[in-house]
Amino acid sequence: MKPVIGLEVHIELKTRSKMFCGCSADYFGKKPNTHTCPVCLGLPGALPVPNKKAIEWCVMLGMALNCKIPHFSKFDRKNYFYPDLPKGYQISQYDEPFCVNGSIKLSTGKKIRIRRVHMEEDTAKLVHELGNQKSTRSTSSGQEIKNQKDEGYSLIDFNRSGVPLAEIVTEPDFDDAKDVKEYLQKIQQIARYLEISNADMEKGDMRLEPNISLSKDGKLPSYKIEVKNINSFRFVEKAIEFEIRRQTEILQKGQTPIQETRGWDEAKQKTISQRTKEEASDYRYFPEPDIPPIRWAKSQISNLKSQMRELPKEKFKRFKKDYELSDYDTEILTRETTIADYFEDAVRIGKNKNIDAKKIAKFIMNRKPSIEEVLPAKLVRNIESATTYVNINEEEIKITVKKVLKNNSQAVEDFKKGKTQALQYLVGSVMRALKGKVDPRVVIEAIENELK
Amino acid sequence: MKINVKHVAKLANLPLSNEEEKKFEKQLNEVLSYVEKLNEKDVENIEETNQTTGLENVTREDINTICFAQDEALSNSKKNHNGMFKIPKIF
Ligand SMILES: [Zn+2]
Repeated sequence: MKPVIGLEVHIELKTRSKMFCGCSADYFGKKPNTHTCPVCLGLPGALPVPNKKAIEWCVMLGMALNCKIPHFSKFDRKNYFYPDLPKGYQISQYDEPFCVNGSIKLSTGKKIRIRRVHMEEDTAKLVHELGNQKSTRSTSSGQEIKNQKDEGYSLIDFNRSGVPLAEIVTEPDFDDAKDVKEYLQKIQQIARYLEISNADMEKGDMRLEPNISLSKDGKLPSYKIEVKNINSFRFVEKAIEFEIRRQTEILQKGQTPIQETRGWDEAKQKTISQRTKEEASDYRYFPEPDIPPIRWAKSQISNLKSQMRELPKEKFKRFKKDYELSDYDTEILTRETTIADYFEDAVRIGKNKNIDAKKIAKFIMNRKPSIEEVLPAKLVRNIESATTYVNINEEEIKITVKKVLKNNSQAVEDFKKGKTQALQYLVGSVMRALKGKVDPRVVIEAIENELK
Repeated sequence: MKINVKHVAKLANLPLSNEEEKKFEKQLNEVLSYVEKLNEKDVENIEETNQTTGLENVTREDINTICFAQDEALSNSKKNHNGMFKIPKIF
């Protein structure tokens, strides 16, 4: 039996304002219900107006995932009742999303097809409290199971309501948890490279919903299990492996797993049934009448493309070529843009001091300097002092100095008259003769001693 | 087309009595057959659309506007607690 796995990933965009109103989208850790207005509270008569930057970022994300960008796109209403959804529907995209038919290549060479990347709004945050015994268990989807029968109530904070989300949907192209993890790391890296999201899973910036089934004959199975509440790369692997085991047992008994949504329970190390999956038609999608459609001119798309930051794959290629680094070194130095930028700043400074990129790369990888504390210029100075005093004894320096002074009597005269440039010239000559492997301060000292 | 009133009521989150089910089933079927009259019209050469304003690309810049204060946001709530809307437990 072969696992058939598809993925939905939600990326919360770090725009200033929400998707359809001007409220601040920066809700994490803020006082509840202080980022709301008639639009994101779903009050009657409020008019949603889409955030241009969020749409552009969604399109950039799609382009980074090799998607086609249709020239026409629109928003739709996805209808369902849940207290975290004040309007009774979520503004999303149904049949005409911003980006379609992309793909991403894994390190094994395997290609994962991206079905679509679309734009939607986040829901409010639900907090559940049980009687007096506080159990503030908030979830991103609010669909956490609760078995206790205590009298309780739920609380709603609308600060997150309407925050822009880009949803990336793959075809069911994965067959193991390892590939899923690599794919997710790539998505996270791309979102961070594009600077459209922090993609921090623990903060809920990036949320995953794998759907998993098992195929007996290579065909697409008749059911699929969606798993929610996964907020780390580690959990996604565990949840997928658990589901494969669970479904194998059911199928081996000659039964078919029930199509449903399950949640990962880290404490119990298993997935737990949450609700039976509604059919897509039950959401009664229809075009959002309050928001006119989007039509792109070709020039707008090419303009956005030119504004895109360098992507991980491009940076990797460029680093390898320009700095002649190994695959391994390049991989580590381009994992995050902060490290890549730090390295390149140091290379620029090092160039004036004849310190090559490879040496800087090795130094960063071996010493792992704190990027915040050791500025690139300081790093280059550290490399300089670490690479001097190599295998040159004082005697050799002394002999070389004597020789240089003898051959450059004019410069010696000039120096004695107080011309500092002459000293520089002499130091340079000594350094060259010693192939540069010596601290200039030592050379200056030796020259001064000799001329005393 | 025939309406499945039980399904529609469930989706709309409305509890219906047996009498109401019968009543609304009849009414909704009437609405459906009325709308079905549109099928009589020849729309062969008419471009498909789902909106009538003709507007396109209405967006706004990513700029913050002033929000409700917390007490304003909560002012129409039946119950609230710790700055949040309080509702019957949902699990
Ligand atoms: Zn708002």
